[in-house]
Amino acid sequence: MKYIDEYRNKALVKNLVKKIEDVVRGEVSLMEVCGGHTWAIQKFGIPSLLPENIRLLSGPGCPVCVTSKRFIDQAVAYSRLDDVIIATFGDLVRVPGSSSSLDLEKSKGADVRMVYSVIEALDIAKKHPDKKVIFLGIGFETTAPGTAAGIKNAAAQEADNFFVLSSHKVMPPAMGALIDEGVKIDGYIAPGHVSTITGSGIYADIPEKYGVACVISGFEPVDILQSVYMLLQQINKQAYTVEIQYRRTVKPEGNQLALQIMDEVFEPVDDWWRGFGILPASGLGIRDRYSRFDANRMIPVEVEETADEKGCICGEILKGVKKPHDCKLFGKVCNTTNPVGACMVSHEGACNAYFRFNA
Amino acid sequence: MEKNILLGHGSGGRLMHTLISDLFIKHFDNAVLTQQGDSAILDLPPGKTAFTTDSYVIDPVFFPGGDIGKLAVCGTVNDLAVAGAMPRYITAAFIIEEGLPMQDLERIVSSMAKEAAKANVMIVTGDTKVVNKGQCDKLFINTAGIGELDPSHTHIASGETMEAGDKIILNGPIAQHGMAIMAARNFGNFNTSIQSDCNCLNHLVRDVLNTGARIKFMRDATRGGLATVMCEMASHRELGVLVNEEDVPVDDNVRGMCELLGFDPFYVANEGKLVMVVHPEDTDKVIRTMKNHPLGKQAAVIGELTPDHPGQATLQTAIGGKRIIDMLAGEQLPRIC
Repeated sequence: MKYIDEYRNKALVKNLVKKIEDVVRGEVSLMEVCGGHTWAIQKFGIPSLLPENIRLLSGPGCPVCVTSKRFIDQAVAYSRLDDVIIATFGDLVRVPGSSSSLDLEKSKGADVRMVYSVIEALDIAKKHPDKKVIFLGIGFETTAPGTAAGIKNAAAQEADNFFVLSSHKVMPPAMGALIDEGVKIDGYIAPGHVSTITGSGIYADIPEKYGVACVISGFEPVDILQSVYMLLQQINKQAYTVEIQYRRTVKPEGNQLALQIMDEVFEPVDDWWRGFGILPASGLGIRDRYSRFDANRMIPVEVEETADEKGCICGEILKGVKKPHDCKLFGKVCNTTNPVGACMVSHEGACNAYFRFNA
Repeated sequence: MEKNILLGHGSGGRLMHTLISDLFIKHFDNAVLTQQGDSAILDLPPGKTAFTTDSYVIDPVFFPGGDIGKLAVCGTVNDLAVAGAMPRYITAAFIIEEGLPMQDLERIVSSMAKEAAKANVMIVTGDTKVVNKGQCDKLFINTAGIGELDPSHTHIASGETMEAGDKIILNGPIAQHGMAIMAARNFGNFNTSIQSDCNCLNHLVRDVLNTGARIKFMRDATRGGLATVMCEMASHRELGVLVNEEDVPVDDNVRGMCELLGFDPFYVANEGKLVMVVHPEDTDKVIRTMKNHPLGKQAAVIGELTPDHPGQATLQTAIGGKRIIDMLAGEQLPRIC
């Protein structure tokens, strides 16, 4: 298949692995901060190809994983209201909240629908004028412009039964926080799709302030291996900068239209991240002028007190301090059938990817 | 006949009798069925018999490449065929939602009759129930099937004779059925050329068995896809399963849709694909025979049984990496981004 097979070419892969083996010196820890990378790395079996002294760490890049339990609890509370339809990306339905999940509520009769985009949620709202449709907005700069466009469309159509519960987040604060916390990272495999929207400028601090290598990578095996090679070269030369490997999609200036829409609808807010707690200006709240679409403000609901699961180390796994195998629950109490922590739910989650591909 | 199914069509009265004679018997017509006794009286040779049942619920009931009726015949015929049996008789029980257009029911029943004739099986007995609107989705079909099992094929269903070095053969490209259904549901407004692979495999299996090739195990890769069959094979015994991703055929249109939605074709449902475990010396013979059959044109050796990693299915990825193949916990869910 065109534009796919070229990037899964065995000879190219072999060649890149050889080049990586040639340049790697000592122990190197590289972190990917996009769930898509976590998944691709495990799915293609990339760790089995790399020299043992290259450690690939999975960071806080899975939208479902970093989302707070309170967000799930609030979505569950909404789903229990008779006049509410929940529209959500599929990954979110199985994430355990404090005492329930959307999946469980659906089995009890809640109207929870899986959608591919916010536009589908808006269509559902149009078809059900007697119901309130709440779209669960999660994800980073990749999905946030879509949600913003949905809100703008809703405004243009004067929809009065469409709402968004936003837990959208932005990536750079978490990448900085990890280094501030002392996690040893020699280089970041920076997220390709986030960067398609934002451009490369948002990572400027990574090399400049922290002296850490940074390469924006695509999602195919050749992309990832080439990015590893580029990172090793930066590390060897101690010449840290932000490079774009994923040039066929990412421009340094990003997607201006998407950024503009995002900025028009959202404003930076302090937000809670699993594993990190509250990070300043790391979340996207809905601006006042669009507050009539903000479920948080328009649809008050009583949310149960957040209960944390005992023994789950999702937080440390998201920071790359620990690997899934270090968790006492991993593969035993916590598995893909009965996930305890969020990292086991989404297939972008580190625990899920390790459990499925690498047990 | 009425334009739509009424509750009365399941009441046991005149409406039901008209439905049976003017629709079911008209299409399924055969000597056993027309006796219309409470039980079908069958001729079976002495020896082993294979017996299976399955229920079919699918949305939408008509999809590119088939419909629920064709599926109900193929699914049960295939379950018998992969046990090494020759399918002979099947039953057909319908649970119908009140209001189903009669012409839809007729289309489905005629499709069942056509498929049964193709597979050379008789639909010998059945049942009809009608439920209130909303109590089922259009119609559910249950079929059970009986097949003759040659004594020399009794090991196939359990795979008890499988050993390291045996080759794994697949009869064609995977994931067509699941992706065709997904496209038909208009999931994400897809407009594709993907057709379900829904087909009866019993003639293909018969051709292969007739060659005398040493077939150790067979299974059709339906729900859960190819990956699930690989895991089932590994979990049963002290053997490992090694699959070469490169050798598993996937059509470009199916692959494209899977890539777009973040689905792994290895886990997507098939309705006309089977896996055979074959003695290594008989591999060529089996592949040749399959390729001579319309449902085996793209047959391929996709892997083998190994003495290492017992109990585990391993995938040699297309780029030369290695990882395990695990069963899916629940439904495969689309990716966020």
